[in-house]
Amino acid sequence: MSLQQIIDRRLSGKNKSIGNRERFLRRHKEQIREAVKRAVDGRGIRDIERGEDVHIPKKDLSEPVFGHGDGGVREVVRPGNQEYVKGDRVAKPKGGSGGQGGGQASDSGEGEDDFVFHLSREEFMQVFFDDLALPNLARTTLADTPEWKSQRAGFVSDGTPTNLHVVRSMRGALGRRIALGMDKRRELHELEAREQELLRDDRPETARLLLETRERIRALKARLAAIPFLDPIDLRFRARVRIPVPTTRAVMFCLMDVSGSMDEARKDLAKRFFILLYLFLTRHYEKIDVVFIRHHTQAQEVDEQAFFHATETGGTVVSSALVLMEQIIRERYSPTEWNIYGAQASDGDNWHHDSGRCRELLADKLLPLCRYFAYVQVAEPEQNLWEEYGKLAGNMPHFAMRKAVEAAQIYPVFRELFRKEGASP
Amino acid sequence: MSSREDRRHPERAATPPRGMPERRQRQPLRRMLPLLQRPTQPLPSPNDWSFELIEDYHAVIKQTAERFGLDTYANQLEVITAEQMMDAYASVGMPVNYRHWSYGKEFIATERHYKRGQMGLAYEIVINADPCIAYLMEENTLAMQALVIAHACYGHNSFFKGNYLFRMWTDASSIIDYLVYAKNYVADCEERHGLDAVETLLDSCHALMNHGVDRYHRPAKLSLAEERARQKEREQHAQSQVNDLWRTLPRRPDRPDEAAESRRFPEEPQENLLYFIEKNAPLLEPWQREVVRIVRKIAQYFYPQRQTQVMNEGWATFWHHRLLNQMYDDGYLSDGMMIEWLKSHTNVVHQHPGANLNPYALGFAMYTDIKRICEAPTDEDRAWFPDIAGGDWLPTLDHAMRNFKDESFIGQYLSPKLMRDFRLFAILDDEAKSDYEISAIHDEAGYRHLRQALSRQYDLSAREPDIQVWNVNLRGDRSLTLRHVQHQNRPLHESAQDVLKHVGRLWGFAVALESVNARGDVTRRWSVPAQAG
Repeated sequence: MSLQQIIDRRLSGKNKSIGNRERFLRRHKEQIREAVKRAVDGRGIRDIERGEDVHIPKKDLSEPVFGHGDGGVREVVRPGNQEYVKGDRVAKPKGGSGGQGGGQASDSGEGEDDFVFHLSREEFMQVFFDDLALPNLARTTLADTPEWKSQRAGFVSDGTPTNLHVVRSMRGALGRRIALGMDKRRELHELEAREQELLRDDRPETARLLLETRERIRALKARLAAIPFLDPIDLRFRARVRIPVPTTRAVMFCLMDVSGSMDEARKDLAKRFFILLYLFLTRHYEKIDVVFIRHHTQAQEVDEQAFFHATETGGTVVSSALVLMEQIIRERYSPTEWNIYGAQASDGDNWHHDSGRCRELLADKLLPLCRYFAYVQVAEPEQNLWEEYGKLAGNMPHFAMRKAVEAAQIYPVFRELFRKEGASP
Repeated sequence: MSSREDRRHPERAATPPRGMPERRQRQPLRRMLPLLQRPTQPLPSPNDWSFELIEDYHAVIKQTAERFGLDTYANQLEVITAEQMMDAYASVGMPVNYRHWSYGKEFIATERHYKRGQMGLAYEIVINADPCIAYLMEENTLAMQALVIAHACYGHNSFFKGNYLFRMWTDASSIIDYLVYAKNYVADCEERHGLDAVETLLDSCHALMNHGVDRYHRPAKLSLAEERARQKEREQHAQSQVNDLWRTLPRRPDRPDEAAESRRFPEEPQENLLYFIEKNAPLLEPWQREVVRIVRKIAQYFYPQRQTQVMNEGWATFWHHRLLNQMYDDGYLSDGMMIEWLKSHTNVVHQHPGANLNPYALGFAMYTDIKRICEAPTDEDRAWFPDIAGGDWLPTLDHAMRNFKDESFIGQYLSPKLMRDFRLFAILDDEAKSDYEISAIHDEAGYRHLRQALSRQYDLSAREPDIQVWNVNLRGDRSLTLRHVQHQNRPLHESAQDVLKHVGRLWGFAVALESVNARGDVTRRWSVPAQAG
């Protein structure tokens, strides 16, 4: 009997419907963007990278077909009659027909619940990046880890002399020499034994045989000697591969103005700005500390919750935050051990005598310590802080500043940062 | 009646080799063939399956099925994971399909329900193809795999091969090829014309999918190669055809009204909306016509399945029950296996009182009942079923499986005993009256009425509204009019307006839908104006 083969499909092609899923997401882009926006508002900077549930109203998903509505005459057969006899009358439920008469019309009747589905981490980040108008290069930079470590990975037959593995090569050569000389050596041993035999025998005709044997022995020895001691095919080299590694650690300072003029929308923009820097850093460093410093006329270090959600009132002295940042660096984050990144967000409002001091503080004290310092102004009007910082921007390559009144304008602040890292392998 | 082999291998059927019985219509066995040799011990029955065990079980199931004379396509068993099962769910159970967001939605919904434990996945999916593909899920226990093999590979499979609707409307040997072709064609269109254009087109086609089938005349079957070759030809031809339609009309600007009255288009109402649109919509591009055609073809393929739910599931359930019991009687199955699959079987055929009828339960009960009528008829059965009472059950069941659909199957074979067992009753819901009326119950006076009512309930043409292409205004604005003929005064659902928008998108000019009651009066009218641009 010939039986059909059972096919094991388990390892081949799951996610066949990924294309369908993409089309589904594409169709509901707006709702998804809205959901991602809400999620970004609600999440801490550190846990931005996970999926999110998205709700889509049922009516937006309907696929209409012609069908019967309520009304008219219809007859339905049901099982399980307990009490009725022919001719019985049963009151219809209030509010039209439903219930008993449901028939086939109710198979989609899951009520008006939203359609909920889970956006995966990758999809979530994709939408988030879309919102920030991140160019592709920057996306790959965010996805890649540009630090490399070289690691041994076995042996190869080709390489540079410095990587030559002597023991392996000699072992290979020995094996080859044994293999190539095997039969000749066996014959040689036989001939030598014969020679001894012939020497003991002193009949005259053996003299010629002896001569022939010796000739043969000499030829074999020559051929054995011709087997090369070391051949190029014996050579073995250590192979090394480069593997990416996140290196060392970094600290990120988030500085934000929390004076009365920073409303929720501006804080939200600032938050996206911080998130982007944080994401960048997570790709590059194993350990990241985040320090939140908020300020009005005085600066204080706070936790994330207080940083984004508590409101204060009063004037603004930006330099207080910079002083605090420098102080924290000195106390806790030695620049020789930590890569220091600064990100400052403000609406540009500052006590006008203070702005010059801010520029000096940055130029003389902070920038020499930092790998990168980015300033984003989340409001349009240019005030003296903007002007003072503007003087710095020209001649300090690791200082960037930008105005951003909507999310898509944030990315250019990091252009320098991403380009530099993106250009290295 | 011509057989499938006739169509597929004309040369072979024309000259049957001598000495061999002619392979035309396979005669059903009159009774079961005897077991050749009783096994010395039952098959091993650990909880977990292995490929060897599945093969062993499959061999015995196959052999038992052959003793009952079940005629099937070759079987192809494929083991898949739960995730792949969800993939298969999402693309209407087919191994390949074109891409569309609605399948994505389906997948997401299935996945969510499954992950939250709100629903289990079906144990199997079986595809009406030749060879017949059956998916076994990795998570199943060995007993479940045996159940699935008996259910899908011998139950559904023999139904696909035997039932007249499937023989007439579907071509099992070419469906997979056609789906591959459809998938590639749609992907190609997406590349050439953009995702949005294809998506909206498919949306519109899907809205009319249920009205894209031929109910009465059978489409010609084509092989994949022919299909491809013809597609190019069709593309050019169809377009010129459409233009001709407008061009060849007589131009009589002085008397437009008379001309419109003198010629009616279409001459007779057309029930296949998608076919009409494919052939006649004035503005569709050739590729759009082809996509309409693809959706229509696939709808046609699924049409028999929608009409034979009770019969098909009942048949498969009956046979897994029969085969596995037979194997137990023959000494192949251990007690533990029996208990396990019987538990699943019981869940499958459970009927909740007062709820909608479970097609598995009804179908299983009906086939079992037919067997009972053959083997142990009562006087009542002799009166109701004089032609089958006391006959051989195998050929009777075979006949019942081959030549009916749900509607006629119930009309023919639902017995009074079954109506009593199910305690069936009919409820009449008349909009004009304030109460529901119990129109019939399972008693002597109600049997015939009940049977008729239930049969109508499974009649697809009564379940779905009857909508046909009524008229195209050739002389004027080219508007299309559809007509809904009310069945029992039942109105259309409110979604009609949305569907009509889709029709308008395909047609390209204004469309209207009239709902007509039994007296021929138009009771309601929906319309969508011509789309701008």
